Amino acid sequence: MTAIDYQSKIPNNVDLNSDRRLQRALEHWQPRFLAWWNDMGPEGFQSKDCYLRTAVSADKEGWAHFDYVRMPDYRWGIFLADREPGRKVPFGDHYGEAAWQDVPGEFRTALRRIIVTQGDTEPASVEQQRNLGLTAPSLYDLRNLFQVNVEEARHLWAMVYLLQSYFGSEGRDEAEELLARRAGDADKPRILDAFNQPCNDWLSFFCFTMFADRDGKFQLGALAESGFDPLARTCRFMLTEEAHHMFVGDTGLERILRRSAQLTAQDPNGDARAQGGIDLMTIQKYINYWFSYCLDLFGSEVSTNAADWFGAGLKGRFGEEKRFTEHTALNQTRSLELIRDGQLSSHEVELRLAMNEILRDDYIDDCVNAIRRWNKALSAEGIDFQLELPSRRFHRRQGTYAAAHFDPRGELVSEAEFERNRTAWLPVDADRQYLESIMKPVFGVGQIANWIAPPKRGINDNEFAYEYVRL
Amino acid sequence: MALSADDAHASAAGHADHGHAATPVVSFVTGPDRYKHWSYRVQGAVATVTLAVDKDAPMVPGYELKLNSYDLGVDIELADIVRRLRFSHPGVRCVVITSGIAKMFCAGANIKMLASSTHTWKVNFCKFTNETRCELEDATTFSGQRYIAAVNGTAAGGGYELAESCAEIYLIDDGNSAVSLPEVPLLGVLPGTGGLTRLVDKRKVRRDHADVFCTKGEGFRLRDALRMRLVDGGWPKSKWEQGLQDRVAAIVGAETGAEPGIELPDVVVETTQEAGITTLSYPHVQVRIDPAARTAHLLLRAPTQPPETTGDSLVQAGAKAWSFAAFAQLDDALLQLRFNHNQVGLILLQTGGDAQQVLAHDAALTALRDQGHWLAREIQLHQARVLRRLDNMSRSMFALVLPGSAFAGVLAEVLWSADRAYMIDDPDKPNTIHVGPGSFGTYLMHNGQTRLQTRLIGEPELLAAVQARIGQAISPSDAEQLGLVTRSPDDLDWDDEVRLAIEERVSFSPDALTGMEQNLRFAGPETCDTKLFGRLTAWQNWIFQRPNAVGSRGALTMYGHPQAPVYDWTRT
Repeated sequence: MTAIDYQSKIPNNVDLNSDRRLQRALEHWQPRFLAWWNDMGPEGFQSKDCYLRTAVSADKEGWAHFDYVRMPDYRWGIFLADREPGRKVPFGDHYGEAAWQDVPGEFRTALRRIIVTQGDTEPASVEQQRNLGLTAPSLYDLRNLFQVNVEEARHLWAMVYLLQSYFGSEGRDEAEELLARRAGDADKPRILDAFNQPCNDWLSFFCFTMFADRDGKFQLGALAESGFDPLARTCRFMLTEEAHHMFVGDTGLERILRRSAQLTAQDPNGDARAQGGIDLMTIQKYINYWFSYCLDLFGSEVSTNAADWFGAGLKGRFGEEKRFTEHTALNQTRSLELIRDGQLSSHEVELRLAMNEILRDDYIDDCVNAIRRWNKALSAEGIDFQLELPSRRFHRRQGTYAAAHFDPRGELVSEAEFERNRTAWLPVDADRQYLESIMKPVFGVGQIANWIAPPKRGINDNEFAYEYVRL
Repeated sequence: MALSADDAHASAAGHADHGHAATPVVSFVTGPDRYKHWSYRVQGAVATVTLAVDKDAPMVPGYELKLNSYDLGVDIELADIVRRLRFSHPGVRCVVITSGIAKMFCAGANIKMLASSTHTWKVNFCKFTNETRCELEDATTFSGQRYIAAVNGTAAGGGYELAESCAEIYLIDDGNSAVSLPEVPLLGVLPGTGGLTRLVDKRKVRRDHADVFCTKGEGFRLRDALRMRLVDGGWPKSKWEQGLQDRVAAIVGAETGAEPGIELPDVVVETTQEAGITTLSYPHVQVRIDPAARTAHLLLRAPTQPPETTGDSLVQAGAKAWSFAAFAQLDDALLQLRFNHNQVGLILLQTGGDAQQVLAHDAALTALRDQGHWLAREIQLHQARVLRRLDNMSRSMFALVLPGSAFAGVLAEVLWSADRAYMIDDPDKPNTIHVGPGSFGTYLMHNGQTRLQTRLIGEPELLAAVQARIGQAISPSDAEQLGLVTRSPDDLDWDDEVRLAIEERVSFSPDALTGMEQNLRFAGPETCDTKLFGRLTAWQNWIFQRPNAVGSRGALTMYGHPQAPVYDWTRT
């Protein structure tokens, strides 16, 4: 048997060529991964050349390489950010001790759960988005979709690397389960609910990359602080890729908003739909829907898991080392509005128990900034309409606020009132059907669908009018 | 044990202070119209029993019953259902226990509840839940009602223990749901509702597999669970209903479930207080509690009417039949003593009435049972179960045999459940006891033996001699010689001897007495049940008292708090 050159087949900076244990695990897993990709990856474009970036090193300058590649030939690699010599556990009860290079036995269960839960979201989004290529508004957007897809799959590889390298045979089993679960599947659904929701139109796709991938940014950011060094380094590198995904969502929504504003202005009755576009109220409703679903991803407001993981030094706050000076989070409290007996009331909660909420705060701040930018873009188009980010209490399925009903401003309302307003606050079937009706593929070089504005520039210094996917 | 993703809330009422904010007066009387957490549906010969715990209805304020976790209130409803299925739905052949909430079968006992409970409450709670699970197994074995656990979400701790008490366990294969016993790794206590015992003794899981399972917090999903025989099968969601239906159909066969049952009305107790004495009065049972003396006189009254001798008349009498009603009342009285009167150290067991009527009722029941009548069988199983509850009382028990008493047949069992029996030998007042045939096999103890076998373990010749006296009046001196009573003082000695014994008894350490009594009561072979009530419970109660569990940084105390437990690493 000839030796496989792992370095060329699987770009990596984990010395795969000399790690026989990891080789064995990957040899078993990789064919299954490819079968999964062929089964669940983007529908209809697997044999096309796509202009994609591939991570080839962890070097801050020039880590990526752009070229045409067929997606099944994409070189999914394994990269960890460079090791910081002498790194210490940066928070929790083990603050200041040497960071762990192996899984500490006492934290095996918790780390496994953290990694499996994170890992499960990566292939899930590929599955949710697999039919979107068929209705892409431009080659540029088609390419961005595929870029997001292959990189989410690479993030799956990153988590699988951790499972296979640090958790023995049970890690290998978990790696296979990550390929066995399917988004929205009745038998084996993905672990988190937002990753079982259908994502069948491009407004949903941009909302997803804007809001769900932004959740990813904060989760990865919190894990990038981990005292388990391989996890921290893995997540740091993933964050560099995640930035592009959020860019896709953020600018995608902005482009729709600008176009909607233009069509609204063009129409004698101010009706964007009459012009074949998407009206601003529908966009607001999609934002309401996806933002609220993504808030659920942060978990309960008061969480013993979050407290345990912080105490153990496994999952910190976002920017723990840079933004905070006190790293034990002991003997401090945080005030939370919680539902008790059907009413909102204020409670002082031990700070560690509120870690989910602290991460959610940072996320919401980030989303508020995006809304502000979009509103500026709307004003620049001369339209008198301002988007609003709904309250964190609105339309929740998890946590304390799931026990009651709130309007988008966060005021407690009765279930009847919520249901009366549902069509005004959240997308309904008629909205979905309308979006489906206008989303027809536009695959000409330099062309774009009517309902979205072109981007200001293309990818990797190319023009928008570039053959990003050779059909 | 309840383990949840986020099983905590802001105000930890009473945490670590070892005191319930308000320990309630517990009532064990409930019914389907009052259930908050369970429901059941009977279709033909199949009953489906569904757990959907109302998290906002804990028995004691201060914790939320998240993720289908349970407290005593939840388990009282389950016990009621198990009993009702036997008596009100005797045609049921298969009972499916499942969950009505998504993704979680049952997370076990609520940890916040345990952490905020007194030790006494925890022990009583665990004992009751264990008895309920034994009762469920009893129904599977003797009533032909086969329990199967349809584990349609994660079963953690007590959730898996509940499944273990079923005859078969099926786990949904959804890539996520698992069975687990995470008490040791996550809470520093044991799966004390039979978890460990049933694993190796009942399910016969190999000990090293069991060791891995009991230390793996996240547990195992279907494939591995099946390999280690932690479950008996499972299906993906799309085949779940059909798979279960097929299995249930195979169990039920051609049975239609048409047998009509009897109604179970509430047990009614009248509580009165006079001169410091609390009296619980039931039609056939009376308990007089003297808090100052720390004693309770428990009086069982013999029937005053002749027995029902046909199946029809027995069904017509239903729950009013003495053999059922007296023991339902005794059951309630025992539970009241356990939960609501835990300062009582010594129970003085007495009987009164016509011994011949007791023997006649026993005989009528046995005859009907031998003809195959379901209700006669169920009533005797019920009597046996209540007597086992009596064996398990963590109180000293003396039986006092006085003239006019009715220690006969099933009531004579009380004599041998007691730690000691005193029988007055007064030449002027005839005083006798009567051994019935039921004492040779109808009312088995948890060790699978009769009380007489257990008592006379070293004197088999006496056992034969007692058997030769079935149905005869046995005098005090004969009773003492046959080993049926401890002492038979005469009327002159009685007062001093018995009074002294009582006063001395209540002066000893209650903990030492409980330990001593439990070790002396169950001679002879071990069974799954004796290990569960003896070994497992004793270890759990020890662990429940240790700083590693309940100290200021113990694992149970720290649960739901943002700091890790701190253990004393000394092995004891």
